[in-house]
Amino acid sequence: MAGLERVIAEQPLFAGLDRPYIELVAGCGRNHRFEPEQYLFHEGDPANEFFLIRQGKVALEIAAPGRAPIVFATLGEGEIVGASWLVPPYRWMFDARAVELTRAIGINAECLRGKCEADHHLGYEMMKRFLPVFVNRLHATRLQILDVYGRH
Amino acid sequence: MVAVPASDPFVPEIYRVRRVQRELPDTVTLELAPASGARPSFEPGQFNMLYVFGIGEVPISMSARAADDGVFVHTVRDVGAVSGALARLAAGATVGVRGPFGTSWPVRAAEGADLVIVAGGLGLAPLRPAIQQVLADRGRYRRVVILVGSRTPTDLLFKSDLEEWRRRLDVDIDVTVDHADGDWRGNVGVVPALIPRAAFDPRDTLALVCGPEVMMRFTVVALRDAGVADERIYLSMERNMKCAIGLCGHCQFGAAFVCKDGPVMRYDKIAAIFAVREL
Repeated sequence: MAGLERVIAEQPLFAGLDRPYIELVAGCGRNHRFEPEQYLFHEGDPANEFFLIRQGKVALEIAAPGRAPIVFATLGEGEIVGASWLVPPYRWMFDARAVELTRAIGINAECLRGKCEADHHLGYEMMKRFLPVFVNRLHATRLQILDVYGRH
Repeated sequence: MVAVPASDPFVPEIYRVRRVQRELPDTVTLELAPASGARPSFEPGQFNMLYVFGIGEVPISMSARAADDGVFVHTVRDVGAVSGALARLAAGATVGVRGPFGTSWPVRAAEGADLVIVAGGLGLAPLRPAIQQVLADRGRYRRVVILVGSRTPTDLLFKSDLEEWRRRLDVDIDVTVDHADGDWRGNVGVVPALIPRAAFDPRDTLALVCGPEVMMRFTVVALRDAGVADERIYLSMERNMKCAIGLCGHCQFGAAFVCKDGPVMRYDKIAAIFAVREL
């Protein structure tokens, strides 16, 4: 396997994915390096690329007027940054900022969406892998807003 | 592992507040020394009934392996009349103490295995004596993972301990908060989300969990998803304990009494009733 294909195959998200599909995904990918405090993307930007973190930490945050941005999640090695690339109108709903030096694989969303449309089996494989990630994040968000450590 | 003192368990012993350490605006740590005699020994995870004269009595876990055997260390959050009175005590004040009571963390049973300790909020207090014991005998364990969750960075309990544990090279510690601003360099998110990121062998891991019950429910799900067997997960349960010796029934939890069959309970023993509402 070529370098990028091997790295993608090693990501937990793509564990067990058939090699031809790994090659298809890798064909949409490229390496990124983000310095600390560098933004991966901003709220409102087109969601034309999502990221697999290979190393480092990324904060997801929402800017609020008159106060520091509110961080609502941090993501680390092996985790996915961004779901908006899957859902029209394909625009980011938050900012993503590298907290520390972060290396990631960026997957061109338009490229992968096109391949999923052309091969629905690939599309189904992607959905099966991405959906649990986002459902787990939804569960975690529910727990987060319960404020379980508050005075009750 | 139930330890009931030889004297009448309903009669409190007089203890004097030797030192008060303010941890958070509503949380203090008290060192309590017996007015006479010696402090009974205890195991990590056990609790005492602390009696503020004229106000009432509450169960509070020991929050430190006392370096000095003469004292009990308790961390108390002001959430009601009695805990509020405890949180306002000054050095030199007297309180009544009954105990120690209840079951303990299986610290010795975990020897030779990986240990995953998951604490949420004030749940770090009952776990701290276990952590201290494990770190004092670090060579007896394989990987030791400590995962701590808090509401915000300023609500983090025992910050100096967290910093000390983080400096050690033989412990994996990860801290997360539910809410933070951009100045916080650590994790943001719920503590169960740290479990898939942690390195341990789920087939040979003992997990110790303490925190709000909702947090423990999600933590159990994450541990089971990671492959930890039900009988290797231990939780510290909290109920309305009164007599502390299994007589009055206030803390009944299914067929068990949390005061004598707990507070530390093995998950497989309570799995059937753990999610039952109003129990």
